Amino acid sequence: MAEVIFERAMRDGALGYQVEAPKARKVAIIVSKGTLDMVYPGLILANAARMSGMDVMVFFTFWGLDCITDKEVDHLHVPTVGNPSMHLPTMVGGLPGMEALASHKMKQGMDKLQIPRAREFLQLLDDSGVELYACGLAMDMFNRKKDELLPQVKGVLTATEFFEKAEGAQVIFT
Amino acid sequence: MSATPVKLDAEGFLVDGGQWTREVAEALAGEERVSLTPTHWKVIDFVREEYAQQHASPGLRRISLGSGVGMKDLYALFPRTPGKSAARIAGVPKPKSCL
Repeated sequence: MAEVIFERAMRDGALGYQVEAPKARKVAIIVSKGTLDMVYPGLILANAARMSGMDVMVFFTFWGLDCITDKEVDHLHVPTVGNPSMHLPTMVGGLPGMEALASHKMKQGMDKLQIPRAREFLQLLDDSGVELYACGLAMDMFNRKKDELLPQVKGVLTATEFFEKAEGAQVIFT
Repeated sequence: MSATPVKLDAEGFLVDGGQWTREVAEALAGEERVSLTPTHWKVIDFVREEYAQQHASPGLRRISLGSGVGMKDLYALFPRTPGKSAARIAGVPKPKSCL
């Protein structure tokens, strides 16, 4: 077998990539809303961070719990009222069926881009080694039980426990 | 036996995909302390085929769906940054996909 010799381009006088694994970066993402447009940025960022070699945890709190609740995860919606980016008059956005229509359109758009649906996305994150946690206080507030959550959820944490686990992490609130 | 140097860019990707051989792949993998098994090759071959067809490197999810190698296994086979590592070892550009 012929020997392979590499000729490397340098960046600022140093290798632009590291052959040795660098100290892992860590990110903690808080998902606090349960609408499609608020859940997806968190999921996509979590996956991208993981693909970039970071340790990633996601903490679902308040309405974000819907995303990890078995009976809710397939029914996340886009809000059409009070959402100026929809470019819809608020009264029109409030008509029956508008929210379902907008959610359907958005899901179609995501399918086209091969973005997985929320349930599958959470499985993907779990398989990738992203840790998913539920907020205990929010669970109590919404009267939600651990067995109503998706099996990929690693545990229920208090906010303090969350920050213990997130030590040294960059925290992103969505 | 005089080997022509294989040019790498600042991120360690091949500058000229035409310089890729299976030996080059072994050497690139060696740098990441990965020794290539048949499953690694299944992934690498898929990435190369997909690049040849689509003229774009597949993202990690596409690699998983297309090669049939599960996400958990991909993270075990190519530690830390599986999408990027698989593309680098397969001699194709860094993937641009978010997924």
